[in-house]
Amino acid sequence: MTTTAADHLLRADGVTVRFGGLTALDDVGLQVAPGSVVGLIGPNGAGKTTLFNVLSGVLRPTAGTITWKGAPPPGRRPHHLARAGIARTFQGLNLFPMMTVLDNVVAGADRLAAGGAFSLISGLGRHHRDERELRARALAALEGFGIAEHAHRLPGTLPYGLQKQVALARACVGEPELLLLDEPASGLSGTQIDALAEQIRGFSRDMAVVLVEHHMDLVMRVCDRIVVLDFGRVISTGTPEEVQADPLVTRAYLGASDDAAPGHTNGAPR
Amino acid sequence: MSSPTGKSAERATGPGAHAAGSPDTPRGRSRRTLPSPLRHLLFAALGLAAVTGLLLVTGDLTALRLAAVGYTMLAVAGLQLLVGGSGQVSLGHGAFMMIGAYTMTLLVLHQPMLPIAANLLIIVAVSAVAGIAVGAATARLHGPYLAGATLILAVGLPGLTHRYHEFLGGSNGLNIRTAGAPPFLQGVFTDSEWKALVVWTTVVIGLAVLATISSGRLGRRMRSLRDDETAAAMAGVPVGKTKVVAFVIASAAGGLGGGLQAYVLGTATPSSFTLVLSLTLLAALVFGGIGSLWGALWAAVTVVYLQIWATDLARSLELGRNVENNLPVVFFGIVLILVLRFWPLGLHGALTRLGARLRPPTTR
Repeated sequence: MTTTAADHLLRADGVTVRFGGLTALDDVGLQVAPGSVVGLIGPNGAGKTTLFNVLSGVLRPTAGTITWKGAPPPGRRPHHLARAGIARTFQGLNLFPMMTVLDNVVAGADRLAAGGAFSLISGLGRHHRDERELRARALAALEGFGIAEHAHRLPGTLPYGLQKQVALARACVGEPELLLLDEPASGLSGTQIDALAEQIRGFSRDMAVVLVEHHMDLVMRVCDRIVVLDFGRVISTGTPEEVQADPLVTRAYLGASDDAAPGHTNGAPR
Repeated sequence: MSSPTGKSAERATGPGAHAAGSPDTPRGRSRRTLPSPLRHLLFAALGLAAVTGLLLVTGDLTALRLAAVGYTMLAVAGLQLLVGGSGQVSLGHGAFMMIGAYTMTLLVLHQPMLPIAANLLIIVAVSAVAGIAVGAATARLHGPYLAGATLILAVGLPGLTHRYHEFLGGSNGLNIRTAGAPPFLQGVFTDSEWKALVVWTTVVIGLAVLATISSGRLGRRMRSLRDDETAAAMAGVPVGKTKVVAFVIASAAGGLGGGLQAYVLGTATPSSFTLVLSLTLLAALVFGGIGSLWGALWAAVTVVYLQIWATDLARSLELGRNVENNLPVVFFGIVLILVLRFWPLGLHGALTRLGARLRPPTTR
């Protein structure tokens, strides 16, 4: 936290979320610099997904502020944040099942259309050019993610690994400045994870990335900074090396074993 | 005039879907060189020409039936955009037809000097306002809750005619006389044919608008929120607003359909806009095929002609009045069950599948 607020793309301060009596997030802070990859880790139930939902506007925090490029975001609903340049993927992919792969990705590019409400409803004005451009972008994205040959299939007919690529293409095609990835490695094989690591490093040339991930190997490989959550609190922040060396993290999260072992050390003494 | 979902879904699930080829085949590109409003208006002109030709070779009776197909189709097409497009199930579509029909009769009765085009525009405005009111009130409701809320509309609205008996004519409704063919066309078209022509002109324009919307960005937004609201919101789709817009477009189309019905039949009575009508429209939509505007055409043809054939059959067999009144519903029920049993995607789904099978795989 050596930089000032204005240098941050996204900044969350004192975020607290309570569900009735349960405190899911307690005074959590997070800074994301442009072009950086931030990993969000912690045992199951640590509040990672809750924080993600707050960052993407799905959940409104009980207390705390979110700052986007040094100012409050243009609105608190997910579509406001999406239009401002925050894209996200979902743990369950949430592709549009009845739309083709191409249409799925074109839908993700919608924020880049220049036409206003009139062209949207009438199909006049900029609409035609917008549609052509969105389609061209989507096709380029499909090409880039290696799924161009499946453009006209329904996502449900593709193998899971390819569906994940569709989800990534849909999130990236809108040229977001911040990409939130929710467990991008889950369900992938070793070689697929290697490819994913390459991809994520590639994304960070154009946008900042925040990822929630259980796969420690991937997190340590791609992240510039790591935030460790446990029981809704930030227990450690820093570079992968710093976090790995932090005894608090080792005790609370990594336990006795030397590799990732998520979800079984919640009862460890802190 | 079909929205892309139906077709592409068919293509994607059909045999040999992997051979669909690159998305920029020459055929795909040439279809997109014309802006979609223009393309759909061209289609509309072709459709109108076809209907005009049909009117010139057939008689007065067929003209009235064609007109009925036209306004039913417009109403179903609006429902298509709402249910198939944005995923909101409405059981109250007949209520918007009623609003349109009563607006038409009231305008003719109280402002007889207004031309038909002005009446139709006013009907669009009135039913759109009704759509905003209902859509805004129900935008947060999902599935059965939304259906229930719209059900109230279908059940309650006809009751208003009794409450305001003086103004809306009670159960007898309102009767109007509308002008026939203009003097210079009197030799060419009979009054019924002229009315059918007015109806179809409005219908094809309305359909062109609906097709443009459903194949464009707005249609894609609606489909994305139909498929997954959370993901749609994260793709930048304003969920609530888009739902209300879908509702408004659907109610405008429904109102226009109802207004045209009143124009052709010269009457608007509460008994023609009961819950049965709303349910029939929805069932017809499923029957025709959800997801494509073509489905609306098959739906409208079926609704109109099943009614006629069933009545004819009942008369020729000299069945009682009770049987005659209920036979169309029975017929429709049977046909609906059969179609959905064998073609779950409706009549249009069956036709596209047939088309895909007949087309040689190399040209796809």
